[in-house]
Amino acid sequence: MCGIVGLFAKDAAIQMELGAHLARMLASMSDRGPDSAGFAVYAPPVEGAVKLTLRGPAGYDFVALAAALRGRLWGTVAVQPRGTHAVLVVAATEAVAARDALATMAPELVVVGIGCSMELYKEVGPPAEVARQFQLADMQGSHGIGHTRMATESAVTTDGAHPYSTGLDQCLVHNGSLSNHNTLRRELRRLGYGFDTENDTEVAAVYLTAKLHEGLSLDAALRGSLDDLDGFYTFVVGTETGFAVLRDPIACKPAVMAETDRFVAFGTEYRALADLPGIEQARVWEPEPATVYQWDRRA
Amino acid sequence: MKQRAFARVIDLGQASVRDLNQALHDLGPDSNATHWQVLNPRGRHALAVGVDAEVTIEIAGHAGYYCAGMNKRATVVVHGNVGVGAAENMMSGLVHVRGDASQAAGATARGGTLVIDGNAAARCGISLKGGDIVVKGSVGHMSAFMAQAGTLVVLGDAGDSLGDSIYEAHLYVRGTVAGLGADCIEKPLADRHRAELHAKLQLAGLAGQVDVGAFRRYGSARQLYHFHVDHADAY
Repeated sequence: MCGIVGLFAKDAAIQMELGAHLARMLASMSDRGPDSAGFAVYAPPVEGAVKLTLRGPAGYDFVALAAALRGRLWGTVAVQPRGTHAVLVVAATEAVAARDALATMAPELVVVGIGCSMELYKEVGPPAEVARQFQLADMQGSHGIGHTRMATESAVTTDGAHPYSTGLDQCLVHNGSLSNHNTLRRELRRLGYGFDTENDTEVAAVYLTAKLHEGLSLDAALRGSLDDLDGFYTFVVGTETGFAVLRDPIACKPAVMAETDRFVAFGTEYRALADLPGIEQARVWEPEPATVYQWDRRA
Repeated sequence: MKQRAFARVIDLGQASVRDLNQALHDLGPDSNATHWQVLNPRGRHALAVGVDAEVTIEIAGHAGYYCAGMNKRATVVVHGNVGVGAAENMMSGLVHVRGDASQAAGATARGGTLVIDGNAAARCGISLKGGDIVVKGSVGHMSAFMAQAGTLVVLGDAGDSLGDSIYEAHLYVRGTVAGLGADCIEKPLADRHRAELHAKLQLAGLAGQVDVGAFRRYGSARQLYHFHVDHADAY
């Protein structure tokens, strides 16, 4: 089970409504994944700044944290708390200093993602509730991906929720299960990559990050996963400028896509796409197995 | 889809899928409600499942999983795409998908006809037991896997491992075949096969429009489904 959704805006109006559409798409996949939900929204970047999405214990005072950080970092420090998460915006040159400061000042916080655009939220609970808690419906952005989880390979925890972000502005959602994730995790650890969980999807995310780090394109990295990952998967990968879709060679997990001149959308089922504007006229198709589909804002 | 004044209309914006299926199951042999229209399907699953009546049901949009499953006698027309397992285990009647079908379309069908105007994804006609499937586009990998009886006619191409472990179903493909599955071979297209193909195309309203001579026939080499002692080491 599990549900994946993705939306890539081609016009300004869809960008303005991106969160509202994504929230409905996520809620429609509740019966595929009632355990936890998460999403990444690629919101407008802040010039010269980088965003760190933080997760803390319930009731954590992120505003006080930002005030304390202002004494330790150059440039402006802004914070936008949303439920258990907050997006901390610091000068791009201060990204490493901010991480170091957070590690000492607030070791109870988890940095769930870093990027110029990407803001990432995930929590245990029914998808509609998770979306409401983070006010997803009010968010704007060029594209976003989301996931509703029915846990199989690891526990129902926030750490086990998707998306997984293991690189700047990169994140991955996954429907399926990997069989060789322990072997692959050991190999990636040997190469120096760290892991926060025992989750199979995190291994796939780190794998892709490692391949991109080697200099491969996203397309090539995904095609590499066809050889190196064993198991069932439909992946949707978000990057700063777009998203990509890949299904395993036997197409074990369902997937449907739709495209109009206003958007490209991905859903595990058509039900996730049924509320999108103009869907009746959209080209709707099932992505082929072992084929990388990619949309890029720069294209 | 034209709205028909005489048709019974069920709007799934208001009614539930259970309401729809119950109304269809309640149809008696002398019912005059022979034409049904289903509005706002929005990809919902299990639409018009288990119908056993001489009625026509039109679905105005995309349907979800298992649409028209176990169909008996009814004609179900989907004005859109269908999800996984359309017309699975159909017994008789006609299911016509105007768009594309997802995986396992017509799985285990024992009778009836499934016509898909667009493409069908992987495993089309898996374990087919007697129905006839006509796909005007292409079919995905592993189609007609373990198909026992019935026919699969594909006007486009077939994906990898066509007819893997096939029994006695008849496969006709006009386009290219990416690869044949275990124990599936190409067979000569004799006159009786041309006649069979013509009859199946007629079911899909294509008779006379398509040259039967352009198809190639595939079926079982019959090496796999009888245990052969020489193969004992292979298990």
